[in-house]
Amino acid sequence: MDKISRRKLLTTSLLATAGATGLGVAAKLADYYGLIPPDSGVLFGAGETLSYAAHRLFGRHALAREFARNQISKDPYANPLPPLGAEFQRLEVGGFADWRLAVDGMVARPGSFSLAEIKRFPRRTQITMNGCEEGWTYIAEWSGPPLAHVLSLVGALPQARYVVYRSFQSNWWDSIDIDEAWHPQTLLAVGMNGGELPVAFGGPLRLRVPRQLGYKSIKFLTRLTVTDNIKRFGKGVGGGTAERGYVWYAGI
Amino acid sequence: MGFPFPIPQHKNCLPSSPSNDPTKGVGSLRPRHHVLVRVTHWLIVLGFLALLVTGGEILTCHPRFYWGETGNVNMRPAFIVPIPSSRGSVPTGYSFVLRDQNGWGRSLHFEAAWIVILTSLFYGAFGFFQGHFRRNLVPAPSDLTPKKFGNDIVRHLRFERPSEEEAWSYNALQRLTYLLVVFVLSPLMIWTGLAMSQAFGSVFPSAVAILGGLQSARTLHFFVAILLVLFLVIHVLMIFLAGLRKRVGPMITGRVTQQREQVWTKFRGENS
Repeated sequence: MDKISRRKLLTTSLLATAGATGLGVAAKLADYYGLIPPDSGVLFGAGETLSYAAHRLFGRHALAREFARNQISKDPYANPLPPLGAEFQRLEVGGFADWRLAVDGMVARPGSFSLAEIKRFPRRTQITMNGCEEGWTYIAEWSGPPLAHVLSLVGALPQARYVVYRSFQSNWWDSIDIDEAWHPQTLLAVGMNGGELPVAFGGPLRLRVPRQLGYKSIKFLTRLTVTDNIKRFGKGVGGGTAERGYVWYAGI
Repeated sequence: MGFPFPIPQHKNCLPSSPSNDPTKGVGSLRPRHHVLVRVTHWLIVLGFLALLVTGGEILTCHPRFYWGETGNVNMRPAFIVPIPSSRGSVPTGYSFVLRDQNGWGRSLHFEAAWIVILTSLFYGAFGFFQGHFRRNLVPAPSDLTPKKFGNDIVRHLRFERPSEEEAWSYNALQRLTYLLVVFVLSPLMIWTGLAMSQAFGSVFPSAVAILGGLQSARTLHFFVAILLVLFLVIHVLMIFLAGLRKRVGPMITGRVTQQREQVWTKFRGENS
């Protein structure tokens, strides 16, 4: 091996090592600042990671658009529901008096709340849009305690990075990052357009995440789990919809 | 402010002598398109085709359009695109429902959008700082006289085959069309696309309001897409008219290939 090629080899390998280390450090930093979604490794994860990182860098605490009362849709739409089963019917007949929301995971005081208790929490009422990944939208007034209120009530630990939430429909579960969870507009919605939240729209209890697509606003909320490791849930991509091939971060 | 690295100046982008000079051989082929124009062009071709296919797929989820902020199957649409839908809940008049492809469809749409946006930013910076826009796309005032410009339009409408000299430059009609695509249609496409994102609307609410609302943005996105497809069709048609090798060759190698074309024609002539 002559001198020139040895020098070339050395420089190339040094540059490659530096590059790889740089990329590794960048990835670690991005992960530390919460810029990498749990499903970044899927086929089109690169695009989603860019969108998520851009949104978290430029609008982590931005407020979803709120609308005037006269902009509320007279004809809101909800996708048709499959049969919810006998147990749901029993709860519905009882006016959902037995509906409970369990909260566990990285919290100081795990527990569960009845629907009546949740309705007594300080409420936020907001007129926001629900947009579906299919392309349709409607505007409604939603009311309920912010998720943040429940998180502080149970003492969510500072290491927490995600809140996993589950529906009465066993195949529906999802998660949001801790910024979205503490966001003031993320609601445990119990009311819609001045009345009770109808079953068709997710009543008696729905998580409303107005900065993301409708599928993140899971209907019939039954359980919250606060965690620092999203990979432990399901297939590790953060939610049931993500497992079905949809992006976990649905702000776009 | 400057470009982050030195850009080779192609002083001979425009020929000083007639390009069909027979004394010039195959060895003296001159660059027609700057290497950055060529690379960004093909990246955007890839991204655009991915956006087009996945955009069509996304459309099948809800082939109805509205004006304003809201729209759903309970509301009266501004118009309906007469195609089948991938959702049974959308009334279409077709007896069947397409398969739901919206998971990967949306993901690829946004990944391709990132490719197109980042490439466009790079191309835009290059175009401004290197003088590409000024030199190659802004028409000379003398070419905009009613007579000359009218002549350009008439020649295009007649599908006249362009002359050899035209391999080196664009006429005023072409220049204005490219400027329209680069500075009006593409930015509008990106804007209307971003305006459909709930999170984007949170950060820039007025960017959605100016367009008339989220559903208006979606409707405009659809119309601008149609204009871009129309551009693509005419662009490709014109390339076939001028000669596929003559026009695509320079966009790949940077070199006008008329000399080789002549050799090839001669070769074919001798062997037929």
